[in-house]
This record gives sequence, C-alpha cells and structure tokens, in this order.
Amino acid sequence: MNDQPAIVLAHGQLAAGLVSAVEQITGMGSRFVAKSNTGLSGAELEQQLRALVEKTGAKVVFTDLPAGSCNIAAFRLLRDRDVVVVSGVNLPTLLHFVTHPNLSPEQAATEAVERGSATLKVTLGTPRGD
Amino acid sequence: MAIELYRIDDRLIHGQVIVGWGQPMGLGFLVLVDDEVASSEWEQELYRMGVPPELDVFFASVAEATSRLDQWNRDKRPGILLTSDIDTMARLAEAKQSTIRAVNLGGIHHRADRVERLRYLYLTGDEVRALQELDRHGVEVTARDVPASRPVPLSALLEGKGEEGAA
Repeated sequence: MNDQPAIVLAHGQLAAGLVSAVEQITGMGSRFVAKSNTGLSGAELEQQLRALVEKTGAKVVFTDLPAGSCNIAAFRLLRDRDVVVVSGVNLPTLLHFVTHPNLSPEQAATEAVERGSATLKVTLGTPRGD
Repeated sequence: MAIELYRIDDRLIHGQVIVGWGQPMGLGFLVLVDDEVASSEWEQELYRMGVPPELDVFFASVAEATSRLDQWNRDKRPGILLTSDIDTMARLAEAKQSTIRAVNLGGIHHRADRVERLRYLYLTGDEVRALQELDRHGVEVTARDVPASRPVPLSALLEGKGEEGAA
C-alpha cells in the first residue's frame, strides 16, 4: 500500500507550491512533505533529507531537476535506503500518485511518471486575424 | 573555447551550473576536481546520472587536473571547472599559476565556523586568507551565483559591500 507520506524536494518554493496545489485540487496535500534546498549545502541537504525520510517513513522522494542538488541528495539515499526517487516532478505526477494509494510505492511512482510525462504537450495558436 | 569559468561551489554539479551558467554558455563539458570524488566510481556515477547526455563530465584529483588542464583548455567547446572548496581551487591555481586568472565563488554554505558574506557565501577566517592569497597572485576573485547576478569583487565582499542585485 502506498499510504506513507512522500517527500517533494525542490528548488526555491516550488515544493511548497506543488503541495499546496495538490491540497487545493484533492484535499490530500498532507500526504506530501515539502522540502526546499534553499541556503543548504549538498551535505546539509542530504542530512536533512535523511532525517525527513526517517521521521516520516517516506518511501518515495520527488525531485525537480535531474541535474540539481535536490536530485543528487535524493540519489545518495538510494545507496542505503529502500526508497524510490522520481526526478522532474510536475503537478499531474503528484496528483496521480496521491490518488492511487492502493498501489505499491514503486507502482504508484511508475504510473505517476507515465501520467505526468504524457501531460506535457505543445499547443500552437491559430489566430484568425479578425 | 576552453574552460571559461573556474567555480568554487560546495554543491558541485547542480541546477545553477547546468542550467544557470551552462545554457547561456552553450556548455560542452564539465571538469569536477575533487580528490574524494575522483577516487570513487559511485560518486562519479551519482554526478553523471542527472547530467544531460550531450555534456561530457571529467573527474580528476588535483594532481590529475594539474597535468590535464592545458589539454582541457585546448578543447573547442566551452567548459566549466568546479571545485567544492577554496583549498582545492587554491592548490590547482598554485600549480597552474599562469593558467587560472579568475575564480568564481558560486556557493559556500553555512557552517558553524563561517561568517555570512552573501546569502550563498559563508567564509571562515582561513578561507578569507586563502582568497586574499589568490588575489595577491593575480587571480581575480568574484562572487556570483548565477549570470543574472551582479558580480561582487573580493574587496567589496570583505568590506561588507556585497549587497546583491540583478545585473
């Protein structure tokens, strides 16, 4: 069961913003713990993330930028923790994840990534000129 | 093109480097100089995992970097050389005195024995002295986390005139 809190770790206020949007849409924002990397060294970020995983029992960590310090801090946990790291998080990914609590964390993360990726699209304007 | 930025940043490879600096530069390669990372395949794999595949990443100890710096500077692509601390950059600059003419302070974060100079830059007394030593050897030291920020010269930084603002 995917019923443990998950962590959203991102630059600036992005994580808090995403979690607030999940709360607004589903009322299930409390399933996520938002964490920012602002002002933290890589070592501090890893230390605080480890403490957060320990405290919450989170099995999934969502990060924003694949080459970012958030992602690298989360990857460091993979060496010794049974966690799943999802890079490149967006709102549809979190929404799908949080609304499928019956799946395992691995399944929920995998399906959420498929859904989140599929929502990215380009739509071109077609001005009629009138 | 060669190495266009010598940067001290305790996060090493991260968003500001890959996107903030890398995109406008058209970055072709990164050199990460760190004795510990250079001796750990796992650490290297960790840093490679998030980097776009078109970007080359070279890992080197200070000794290896000293011998390979001229080669990297002959590379036709623009590159960034990163160290996580001042001491590592200072050792490299000392070994290659005529090569490294400018050093960017990109991020040295809070620690109990450090004093805040900018929101992204905290320094101990020893670190200040090491930067002054670099300056005495003709290396231009400026603080600048991202290209859109105003560069803060070492003298202004140490006089407490490092207030930030967009360029």
